[in-house]
Amino acid sequence: MSVTQTKPQKNSFLAGTANYVDERVGASGILKEFGRKIFPDHWSFMLGEVAMYSFFVLLISGTFLTFFFDPSMTMVKYEGVYAPLKEAIMSKAYDSSLYITFEVRGGLLMRQVHHWSALLFVAAAGLHMLRVFFTGAFRKPRELNWVVGFVLFILAMAGGFTGYSLPDDLLSGNGLRIIDGMIKGVPFIGTGISSLLFGGEFPGHVVIGRLYSLHIMLIPALILVFLALHLFMLIIHKHTHFSGPGRKDTNIVGYPLMPVYVAKAGGFFFIVFGAIMVISTFFTINPIWNYGGYDPSPVSAGTQPDWYIGWLDGALRLAPTGMEFMIGDYTVSMNILLPLTISLVFLALVAIYPFIENWVTGDKREHHMLDRPRNAPTRTAIGAAGVMFYAVLWAGASTDLIATHFKMNLNQVLVSMQISLIVLPIVAFIVTKRVCLALQRKDKEVAIHGRESGRIVRLPHGEYIEVHEPLDAYELYKLVDFKDYQPTLARPNANGKITVGARVRSALSRFYFQDRITPATKTEIEQARHHAQEIESQVLKAIENDK
Amino acid sequence: MSDNSNEVEVKKDLEKASGSYSEHEYELGLRGVVNEDAVADPGLEPHRVRMTDKSEKHEKAAVRQVALLFTLSMLGSAFALWAYFNFPLSEDLSSVRLNTLYLGVGMTLGLMGIGIGAVHWAKTLMPDNEVSEERHLVRGSDEKRAAAIEILAAANQESGFTRRKLIRRTLYGSLALFPFPGIILLADLGPNPGDSLRHTYWKKGTRLAKDPTGIEIKASDVTLGSVFQVIPAGLNPSQHDYLEEKAKAAVLLVRVDPSELNEAEDRKSWSYQGIVAYSKICTHVGCPVALYEQQTHHLLCPCHQSTFDLVNGCKVIFGPAARPLPQLPITVDSEGYLVAQSDFLEPVGPSFWDRSVK
Amino acid sequence: MKQLRRKVNGLRRSPRALGIVMIAALLAVGTGYSTVSAAVAPNREVVRTQEQIDLGKKIFLANCASCHGKNAEGTQNGPSLIGVGEASVDFQVSTGRMPGAASGPQLEVKPVQFTEEDIAAMAAFIGSLGTGPSIPDEAYLQANGDPSAGGELFRINCAMCHNAAGAGGALTQGKYAPGLMDSSAKTIYEAMVTGPQNMPVFSDANITPEQKNDIITYLTFVQENASVGGEELGSLGPVSEGLVAWFGLLGLLIIIAVWLAAKSN
Repeated sequence: MSVTQTKPQKNSFLAGTANYVDERVGASGILKEFGRKIFPDHWSFMLGEVAMYSFFVLLISGTFLTFFFDPSMTMVKYEGVYAPLKEAIMSKAYDSSLYITFEVRGGLLMRQVHHWSALLFVAAAGLHMLRVFFTGAFRKPRELNWVVGFVLFILAMAGGFTGYSLPDDLLSGNGLRIIDGMIKGVPFIGTGISSLLFGGEFPGHVVIGRLYSLHIMLIPALILVFLALHLFMLIIHKHTHFSGPGRKDTNIVGYPLMPVYVAKAGGFFFIVFGAIMVISTFFTINPIWNYGGYDPSPVSAGTQPDWYIGWLDGALRLAPTGMEFMIGDYTVSMNILLPLTISLVFLALVAIYPFIENWVTGDKREHHMLDRPRNAPTRTAIGAAGVMFYAVLWAGASTDLIATHFKMNLNQVLVSMQISLIVLPIVAFIVTKRVCLALQRKDKEVAIHGRESGRIVRLPHGEYIEVHEPLDAYELYKLVDFKDYQPTLARPNANGKITVGARVRSALSRFYFQDRITPATKTEIEQARHHAQEIESQVLKAIENDK
Repeated sequence: MSDNSNEVEVKKDLEKASGSYSEHEYELGLRGVVNEDAVADPGLEPHRVRMTDKSEKHEKAAVRQVALLFTLSMLGSAFALWAYFNFPLSEDLSSVRLNTLYLGVGMTLGLMGIGIGAVHWAKTLMPDNEVSEERHLVRGSDEKRAAAIEILAAANQESGFTRRKLIRRTLYGSLALFPFPGIILLADLGPNPGDSLRHTYWKKGTRLAKDPTGIEIKASDVTLGSVFQVIPAGLNPSQHDYLEEKAKAAVLLVRVDPSELNEAEDRKSWSYQGIVAYSKICTHVGCPVALYEQQTHHLLCPCHQSTFDLVNGCKVIFGPAARPLPQLPITVDSEGYLVAQSDFLEPVGPSFWDRSVK
Repeated sequence: MKQLRRKVNGLRRSPRALGIVMIAALLAVGTGYSTVSAAVAPNREVVRTQEQIDLGKKIFLANCASCHGKNAEGTQNGPSLIGVGEASVDFQVSTGRMPGAASGPQLEVKPVQFTEEDIAAMAAFIGSLGTGPSIPDEAYLQANGDPSAGGELFRINCAMCHNAAGAGGALTQGKYAPGLMDSSAKTIYEAMVTGPQNMPVFSDANITPEQKNDIITYLTFVQENASVGGEELGSLGPVSEGLVAWFGLLGLLIIIAVWLAAKSN
C-alpha cells in the first residue's frame, strides 16, 4: 500500500486518503512502527480483550440509555403501560427506567446489553487477572502494569455498583441501604460521611443524581485513562509469550499486527458484542419491573448484589454473632469493621503481590516468558488459596439460595461457610502445591524416559518392561524450559549483621522454593536414552536368538 | 552446586539475556539458578502447511465461507431494521418481548457475522507463519540515560530547583495546601447529621397504621399469629421527607400468646395483651427484618440472615447483628386504637459510633 | 341464616358498620385473646351437610386421627384442629402437604392423596368443630382486582419471604417460603387466612378480602406474563445472573477464543 508515498496514485481513493492523513498526522511513521508488531497467540491472551471490548459495549449502550434516563428522585405517579405498577408513586429515575424498558423500541434490549456487559466486564477483567497471576506475567518489568490493571478492576466494580443503584428499584435501594449501614459503622466519621453521600438522611433526594455523575462521567473517564495507561505499557513491554521452542526472554513469537492480528482482534470485538447481544436477547437481567420502586419498608427474599460485590456481602454475612462492643459510651461495630478490614487487606495483598514475590526471589531480570502454573508450585498454590477465599466469600452471599435449592438448613450453611473460609484456602494451598509438584515430576519423568508406548517386551532374563518412546526435540523442550529457583540463606549485610528483613526473606524463600523439581538436564536425558538403547539392543538380540 | 560457581553463571546468563547490569543489583543466592546442563533450545517448530495453502479447492471454499458470513451479517442487520418497524411496542407486554427478541436476533447476526467472518479469514487465508521479533530491555541504553540525566541536571541548574531552597520549600507548602479548599467544598454535600438519627416520626400518642394504606390499627384487628407491617399514622407519601421518615419509623407488629412472652421487668408495660411492636430496621446494616415465623417467633433478615427472637426482647440468636431490635412501647387509646407510648428510646437501625452518647 | 350472613357481609363492607363490628370484637378481646382468633369471621355462607360431616369424620379417623387425636384435639405428634377452619384443611390436604410424611423442617408439597369430595368432607368435619376460616368466596378468587395495589401489598407483606417475583426464599433452620408461580388463587387465599405452619396469618382486618383479591390479581399477572426480557433464570436475581455471566457468556467467549487462537488446518 502506498501510505508512504508523497504523491497519490491516479484514481486511487485509498492512496489519496492515505496521503492526506499522512501529510497531516504522520500516519506512515506510526504504521511503520506498529504495523508489523508481533502479537503472540493464545486463547488466554484474549481475556483482557474481552474485558476491554465489553467496556466499549458499555460505553455504546450506556450512551443510548442516558438519552432516556432521568436520574431524579422526585416522586411521580407512574402512567406507563406496565399494569402492576399503574399509578404507583415512584421516583423519576425508576419511572424513566420503566419507560426505557416498556416504551422505547430496543430500550429493554439495550438495558440488558448494558447490564450483561457490565457483568462480563468485571468477570473478564477478573479472569484476565487470574491468567496474569498464574502465569507470572506480573514479574519485572510488568509490576506497575499489574497495579494499573488492579486499579481498573476496582474501577470496574465501582462503575458496576454505581450503575446497579441507578434505577432506584427495591433491590438496588436495599443495596444502598446496606452501604449506608456499613458507612455508619465506621468509627468517628461514619454518620458524617453517610450524611454527605445521601445529602442528609437516608435515602434523601440526591444520591441517585450523584451516583449518576460518578457513573457516567468520573468513573468511565478514569477507566479510559487507566486503560490507555495499561495499553501504553503493553506496547512498551510487548506481550509476554509462553515458554517453548524458539521462545526466549529476548524475543517475541507470534503474528504481525497487520493483517492477522487486526483481523482477529477486530473480529473478536464483534464476537464479544455479538455474544453479549445474544444473551441479552434471550435472558432477562435485572427485571426491575418485578421489584417495584424503592421503599424503605419492604424487602425481597434473595436480596443480593451483582456478582462482583457478592464477596463483600458474603463477608458481611459470615461475621459471627455479637462482635460489636463498646468502649465507654462508644460503639465499635466489629461485625462491620472486621469484614471490611479483611476485604481491604485481601485487595491490598492482590495489589502488592508482584512486589512481594520479587522481594522473595530477589530476581531482577526481565521476564517475558510465561510460567506454566505447575512450574511455580508455591505461587500457584497461593493463587488457588486466594481464589478459594474469594469463592467462599462469594458463595457466602448466596447462602439463602444454596439453602433453598439444595434443601439444606440455612443456619448450617452459614456456619459451614464460616469454617470453610478458614479451612478451604489452606486445603486448596496444600492440594494445589502437591498437584503442581506431581505434574512437574510427571513432566520430568516423561522428559527423561519418553512417553509410554504401550509396547511390553520380555527381556532374556525374564523381566517384562514397557518400551518408552523418546520425545521429539520440540515436545521435550516444552517440558524442560523453565527457571529453577533455590531457597536462599539469610546473609549478613555490610556491617556483618543478619537483619530481621534478611531472616524473613530467607524464611519466605524456603517457603517458596524448599519443595521444588528441577528441570530435566541434558545429562539425565542422555543417560536415560543410552540406557534405553541398551535395552533395545538386548531386545533385538533376544528376538534374533529366538529365530 | 556451590554459591560461588552459581554467581558466575548467573552473571554470564544475565549478560547474555539482557545486556549490561551492574553487579550490586544482585545479591548472593537470590536469583533463579541457571543450569549449564540445560537442554538446548531446538528453535521454532517448523511451519505446518494448511489445507487452504495446499489446495485451491479449500482456499476457494474458505473464501466462500467468509463471504457467506459477511452476507449473513448484512442480512441480520437488515432484519433488525425491518424488525424495528414491524414489531412496535404496545400496551401488550408480549410486544416488548417480540421487539426485544427480533431486534436482538438481527443485531446478533449482524455482529457475529462480521466477527466470525473476520477471524475465519485471518485463520484460513492470511499467512500463518509465526514470526520472531527481538525484544529490547525496557530500560534505556546507558547513553540514553546519560542524556536524560543531563537534561534533568540542566533543568535543575537553569531553574535553580535544588539551589533555591526557599522557593522549593514554599512550592511544596503551596502544593500541599491547595487541594484543601477544593475538599472543603464537599462539606456542603450534606448537613451535619446532628441528632436526626436519634428521633423518628413516632411520638406519644401516634397511632399505628398499616403500610402502605395508612389505615389505623385497632388492637382487636391484631389476631394471634398475624403480623402487621406498620408505619406511623399521619406519615403520608406526599410529604417531602416521607421516605427518610419511613426508613426509620417502619415497625413490625405481632401478637403472641402473652404466656410465651418473656419481657424484661421495665418493659412489661411496652406491650399490650401480647401485642408487641419492634423496629423493622436491622441493627446490622439496616435491611428491613420482616420475615416473621409464626410458630418459632423468629424474625429473619433476608439480607444477612441475622435472626431475632421476638418473644425474648428480639435479641439476636444468629447472624452478624449484635443488638436486639429496638422495641416501640405501645398501648391502646380510648377508641381502641394502638398508639405509641413514646418514640423509640434508642436510635433505630445500624450501629454508629456515638449512638449511646446522650 | 343465609339472610343473616348476607346482612353481616353487607355490614362489613361499610366502614361505619365495620367500626361497630370492631368495637364489638374489641370487647370480645377483653375476655381473652383466645376468643380473638375465633373472631376471624368466615368469608361466606357455610354449606355443610350432616352427610358430609359424617363422611369427613370417617376419613379423618382412618387417616388423621393417629396424629391429630380422635376428636381432633391434637396429640404430641400433631396440633389440635379445633377451630382451624375449613380453609386450613383444604389448603393442607389439597396441596398434598397433609397427610404429612416423615418429620422434616416443614411439610412438603406432595401428590394429593384424596379426591375433592373427600377433602370437602374432611373440611366440613373440621369446620363443624369450631369457628375458623372457611373456604374462600369465589368472588375473591377471580383475579379481577387492581394488580398495582396488589403488587404493593405483596411487596410489603409477602415479598420478604416469597421473593418479589414469587420465587420463594429461605427461612431459618431448613424451613423455606415456597415459590408461588404454580399456586392457584384459592391456595394463595387460604394460605393468607390460615397462616399454615410458620407463615403468619393475614386476617381480613389486616388485608381485606378485596385486597387479597388484588394480591391474587398481581400474582396471576406475574404467573401469566412471561418476562419481557426473555428466560427468567428462576427469578433468583443477581446470583443466577452472575452464574450465567461467568459460565454462559464468558464460557462461550472462551470457547470462541480457543477456536480463534488455534491453528487452522
